[in-house]
Amino acid sequence: MSQENINNSEVDIVIGALQADLSSFLNEWRPIISRFHLIIVQDPDLKEELNTPEGFDLNVYTKSDIDRIVGSSGSTFFSGYSCRYFGYLISRKKYIISIDDDCFPAKDNMGNLIDAVAQHITNLTTPATPFFFNTLYDPFREGADFVRGYPFSLRSGVTSAMSCGLWLNLADYDAPTQSLKSQLRNSRYVDAVITVPARALMPISGINIAFDREAVGPTLFPALKLAREGNFRWETMEDIWSGMCAKVVCDHLCLGVKSGLPYVWRRERGSAIDSLRKEWEGVKLMEEVVPYFQSVRLPQTATTAEDCVVEIAKTVKEQLGPVDPVFSRAAEAMVEWVKLWKNIGSASFPGI
Amino acid sequence: MPIYIYSLSILNSQCSTAAAAAAAMESATAAQTAAMPRGVAHLKDELDIVIPTIRNLDFLEMWRPFFQPYHLIIVQDGDPTKTIKVPEGFDYELYNRNDINRILGPKASCISFKDSACRCFGYMVSKKKYIFTIDDDCFVAKDPSGKPINALEQHIKNLLCPSTPFFFNTLYDPFADGADFVRGYPFSLREGVPTAVSHGLWLNIPDYDAPTQLVKPMERNTRFVDAVLTIPKGTLFPMCGMNLAFDRDLIGPAMYFGLMGDGQPIGRYDDMWAGWCIKVICDHLGLGVKTGLPYIFHSKASNPFVNLRKEYKGIFWQEEIIPFFQSVSLPKDCTTVQKCYIELSKMVKEKLSKVDPYFDKLADAMVTWIDAWDELNPTGASAAKVANGKAK
Repeated sequence: MSQENINNSEVDIVIGALQADLSSFLNEWRPIISRFHLIIVQDPDLKEELNTPEGFDLNVYTKSDIDRIVGSSGSTFFSGYSCRYFGYLISRKKYIISIDDDCFPAKDNMGNLIDAVAQHITNLTTPATPFFFNTLYDPFREGADFVRGYPFSLRSGVTSAMSCGLWLNLADYDAPTQSLKSQLRNSRYVDAVITVPARALMPISGINIAFDREAVGPTLFPALKLAREGNFRWETMEDIWSGMCAKVVCDHLCLGVKSGLPYVWRRERGSAIDSLRKEWEGVKLMEEVVPYFQSVRLPQTATTAEDCVVEIAKTVKEQLGPVDPVFSRAAEAMVEWVKLWKNIGSASFPGI
Repeated sequence: MPIYIYSLSILNSQCSTAAAAAAAMESATAAQTAAMPRGVAHLKDELDIVIPTIRNLDFLEMWRPFFQPYHLIIVQDGDPTKTIKVPEGFDYELYNRNDINRILGPKASCISFKDSACRCFGYMVSKKKYIFTIDDDCFVAKDPSGKPINALEQHIKNLLCPSTPFFFNTLYDPFADGADFVRGYPFSLREGVPTAVSHGLWLNIPDYDAPTQLVKPMERNTRFVDAVLTIPKGTLFPMCGMNLAFDRDLIGPAMYFGLMGDGQPIGRYDDMWAGWCIKVICDHLGLGVKTGLPYIFHSKASNPFVNLRKEYKGIFWQEEIIPFFQSVSLPKDCTTVQKCYIELSKMVKEKLSKVDPYFDKLADAMVTWIDAWDELNPTGASAAKVANGKAK
């Protein structure tokens, strides 16, 4: 993996704190993240004070900060895993990297510690190739290139807007899968970064993700809230929903979405079976959305990420609203989010 | 202090990567392969191995433990008076140019001469359900643990497991051991669709075009990527014929490798052409195309100057060809591979002839190919009906 010249000041690392004691998390990531600025957003429902070790350049945002900046309605927007979106909103950096607080640095096949941050930056700063599949995966990686038969006009690629990393140990499976295969752990290290082709739908997990905030910031939003959303990933769909919208927007704006490296090590937390006993509403909802996403087309007039989100919200309300009220609420939340983004998310907003 | 330790770990990782790279550079020896425990030869009565050759088949010695249970179809290109020696103990049929002319008569015009594209004659003449094709400069690769890779076994696994072209699984093949569908993957799409094609990769000499070979003559592919993935519907890819397997019943008639070599203005686009055709047809019929494992060890780098002369026109033409294939929309009533292919040939004649008269000839050859295929494979055996549901 080539070490790109990372300009540290262009990166914010956003952590949603769903647990109060972040000391082991931050200490284990220290060699990799200590030279970056961290935005830590505390889940508004977490009552205890956060414990963060010394030696980091960080800002912590709590419920009162969220209320102050966004208004008291904001706390509902940013509860649970969605608290990290507040960090995306107030960041002013070009690149954001966000990792769940139960994930730790992993090791590659050679036993070396994986610098997930460097890999995400490399993914975002090298072109993506969504219009034609390269069978040797990322042609911009050292030791690889475009294969015979790859059209030359497509070899300069497009800007990469998102980098979706993966997970060793506890992979991001849904509750039914993890319950059924309770011993299933991911030990396969796949040494590849690939561009997910244009028009291919995918579940974008929020567990280990990075993106170009300038290009696609508004497309990652807290909008789909399950009735019994909880503090385990098995009980959420907010990232999956937002990720599907983000992929549609990237496809429309000719931006690339990469998937693969880097891996993080996801620790055991919670019980899939307990989450399964709660209603697995999210799994059912996904069935409704596939035909919609397969057919959604954005108008040529939508030329910015904000425009695209507003358009998607419109059609979601029309086509999915009648299916389930959670979608109408999501559509409204998306519109609210764009307003928030234009107001608070823009560079000119004071008082962060 | 932390920075010093950090740089040291980078240095270590570079050294161990180099060591790993050196290890990956060798193919497995015949002895190493022979020492592998003999597994079950799956599908040994249902799969033919098609090998185009012009010189000799010594490479089969390296593959013996994996290939010997299977029937081989050797397609001898070039001078038919030359005798191709096949190593002892293999069950095979061999066809040279005289045989091809005799069997196909005037239709033999669609089979290329002096180009490995002639291998598709082997697909046509086979009576089996599955085909595995491999080049004679491809050897047994080793995985990162040093174990020889049974490429045929992996291809069979790929073909017998469903594909998932309608939704991308971020953990790659959900049917692989130790993997599954990720959170957010719709349950209604988890059954998958039948797999029509399994496209394998190559360690050592990668499949680069001539310009890339000229610029990077020393580049070797040493990266073992432990994944099989389904290429999403609507996405095209460059299909390489060096290490390829497919279901003849599902997609055979579309595996025509075009007009290349002697008397033709182009070469080294045979497999590419077939790949674009099969992908649009698979997308139309709801069939899957996989790529990734298995790896073979590709030993010979062909001469880049010779390659450049062969590929030259293709490099320009593909700029027109790709948008053509990206915009192909097959009518709903094309429910068999042959119908799709004939329809495609009409579109090629209509839209690509203006690029070069070669495409007019190619379109005709595509029809000749289907005629020949149907003649050699009478009704029932190869008219592959559309799988459940999705015609588009």
